[in-house]
Amino acid sequence: MVSVLKRSLAILSILIIGYWLAQGLAGVPFGQDKMLVGHYYLNHVKEQTGAVNAVTAIVVNYRGFDTLGEVTVLFIASTGVGALLWRKNRKRTAKTEGSVVLTTGTELLFPFIMMFGVYIFIHGHLTPGGGFPGGATIATAFLLLYLAFTVYEIPHRGFEKTEGLAGMSYVLVGLIGLWIGGYFLFDWIWQSWHWGVNNIGRLFSGGFIPVIYTIIGIKVGTELSGIVDNMLKEEVKE
Amino acid sequence: MSISNIGIYYFGAISLVLIGLYGVLVKKNLMKILISLSVMETGVNLLLISIGYVYGKSAPILSEGIGPSQTVDPIPQALVLTAIVIGVATTAMALSVAILIHEKYGTLNIEEIRRLRG
Amino acid sequence: MNCFGCIEYIIVALMIISAVLAIEWRDLLAATVGMAAVSLFASILFFMLQAPDVAMTEAAIGAALSGAIVLFAVKRTQRFETEEEERPGWWVRW
Repeated sequence: MVSVLKRSLAILSILIIGYWLAQGLAGVPFGQDKMLVGHYYLNHVKEQTGAVNAVTAIVVNYRGFDTLGEVTVLFIASTGVGALLWRKNRKRTAKTEGSVVLTTGTELLFPFIMMFGVYIFIHGHLTPGGGFPGGATIATAFLLLYLAFTVYEIPHRGFEKTEGLAGMSYVLVGLIGLWIGGYFLFDWIWQSWHWGVNNIGRLFSGGFIPVIYTIIGIKVGTELSGIVDNMLKEEVKE
Repeated sequence: MSISNIGIYYFGAISLVLIGLYGVLVKKNLMKILISLSVMETGVNLLLISIGYVYGKSAPILSEGIGPSQTVDPIPQALVLTAIVIGVATTAMALSVAILIHEKYGTLNIEEIRRLRG
Repeated sequence: MNCFGCIEYIIVALMIISAVLAIEWRDLLAATVGMAAVSLFASILFFMLQAPDVAMTEAAIGAALSGAIVLFAVKRTQRFETEEEERPGWWVRW
């Protein structure tokens, strides 16, 4: 009896919240031009940043500090998962080896998936994508290796050092901008050195957007692989 | 009523949020609550992007034929790009806490965990 | 009959059905697949709303990695919601 009362109360409150949300959204007409700051960003993105992709220019250049905060949150989450699930002797407890199709396909596909991920984050200022889907694709390649073989482990020392170095070099890029320009994460490649100014639309342009996206791609890829690895190993009692 | 022409994308996003909220309020297993929370986050991201849509315009990549006044709004897309990654990070941490709870208490039923208390 | 202008209605309906099934199934393995299906349909909707960056990110992170992480957590705890020892049949029980 108590659960029926609780369930009907939950449905009633959900209907009230839904009606209130719909009333609020009726004042925002779907499909009309409501941009205010967006027009400024779209009109000035080619000469101020050198990127053709407006979304990645906003994420890295105009709002680069928020991206630093997001990278910090990812780092804290990865460290938290590693700290919560840490035991003294951890091993993988998978019992069945993958089939022949899976192992052969993984061995053939792994370098291509890695190359596709690297392509996504290097061309972040020209084509859609950027650092985050590129890093996630690299992590998916390592996940495929985990699923195919029962004894595979990522090399922990190398991955942790790479992740730390990538995080440090993001802050280092910002500090160099502070030293050259005047504010943290100043785009010194585009606005001080003028590298690739008459090259808009090709690979060697975009200021420091490819540099930062390479750093973010490496960091996100190694971090998500570390999360997968921590969640797969269990403690083996001798 | 003034909510009659609300658009199908708003309807889909709000219903995802409400379905996830129902799962959080009613279900008793901890994993099911976390799955419903993840469904709610997907709904919120869909709502944010569908606010920035403009009829007849195209993606915000300024290639040859597209000028700066023929694109949709790029700012909600930058916000949602961040939100998706942070969503998966918090889901991973919540799941590792759930694994620890199952190891300590032996059950994932929130009413029994509330009774056991250490 | 061809309705090219109503494909978004079909995909929104599929997304809502799979969300309802994801929180309703008692087999947690099936609920994980439902959650990954919601992410996949949302990625298609992001593409139709002219947002290719978000579509790629949602497909790579929401459908693949989030589903895999929840699956590993289900593997380490318990598979069914309540403590009944039921074997999974050829269809998933309610």
